[in-house]
Amino acid sequence: MKKLLLLALLLPLTVLAVESDYVLVIKDHQFQPAELTVPAGKKIKVVIENHDASPEEFESHSLNREKLIAANASVSIYIGPLAIGRYPFYGEFNEATAQGVIVAK
Amino acid sequence: MLSTAIIVFREVLEAAMIIGIVSAATRDVRGRKLWLTAGIILGLLGSGLVAASTGLIASLASGVGQELFNASVLGVAVLMLAWHNVWMASHGAQLASHARNVGARISEGRSECSILLVVVGLAVLREGSETVLFLYGISASAASGANSMLFGGLLGTLAGIAVGYTLYAGLLRIPMRWFFAATGMLVMLLAAGMASSAAHFLIQADVLPSLASPLWDTSAQLSEHSILGMLLHGLIGYDARPAGMQVVFYITVLALIQLGMQWAEKPKKSI
Repeated sequence: MKKLLLLALLLPLTVLAVESDYVLVIKDHQFQPAELTVPAGKKIKVVIENHDASPEEFESHSLNREKLIAANASVSIYIGPLAIGRYPFYGEFNEATAQGVIVAK
Repeated sequence: MLSTAIIVFREVLEAAMIIGIVSAATRDVRGRKLWLTAGIILGLLGSGLVAASTGLIASLASGVGQELFNASVLGVAVLMLAWHNVWMASHGAQLASHARNVGARISEGRSECSILLVVVGLAVLREGSETVLFLYGISASAASGANSMLFGGLLGTLAGIAVGYTLYAGLLRIPMRWFFAATGMLVMLLAAGMASSAAHFLIQADVLPSLASPLWDTSAQLSEHSILGMLLHGLIGYDARPAGMQVVFYITVLALIQLGMQWAEKPKKSI
């Protein structure tokens, strides 16, 4: 039973592996790249790596996403499927510099 | 300073409103203040702990540990609130007629105290950990203006508490005849909103399908970041861009609590 459960738990991971990941890096309270192009109409996984020594919060009103990233940590976030368009996001803890946009094409 | 105040206000507001509603709904529980205080203190201690282990939590479950953690915390709170309402409904007849006596009876129910403790504790834990991290980030950066930003944080905290207290004081003014119906309705909506948030986290973690993302978009009419939007988000779980699954969770929890309350009322009526 336990093995079955484990297998069932691992199943989504195999699906994930096929999906391509997009990476956003936070450094000096800035997102790199500041503009990330992704395909429209598909669910995507974005990996956010925080290279700063302070925590940050990825926030986007248009994507309806909010996620904490601890200092020097990396997290995953799932978004979409998105309609074609521009989706601005920012780092809530350093809003002045941490700005970016996801472009769905 | 103002932006800091707003960020902290948003976090504190939600917890403060939950505490306001829950402590009003349990107005007659004996020793309520003690349990309430214990819940807040435990929640604050927990916030520090969660904030300190954010990196660890986030790295669990391949980067979506934070979502799973939040969804679990919300799930427990929803269960507790549902239990509260069903329990109150089973004492509905007495509650409406002679509330004073029932106050004594409620106080016999230790379960209400633990509900108060857990719901308040979890609310503070969830909203508090983010505030702690944010303020820690500010003071650690030691940039110029850190003091004024911390002052902003203090202002935001006080403003949030003020709204929560106003809500509490306002609820207590509701005449006894309608009081339990009104707070019961608020608790039900609060629980449904939390269920919707839990679904939101699980979608963000790719545990649940979104069904539609978003199902509707009313951000132009009523932004979640306006004062009214924030209040409605905290009170009834308003979301300007909800996923279909969130709406499913919201309606399901409303229906289940309603059914539970009706089921609990029935035996009393037949007596």
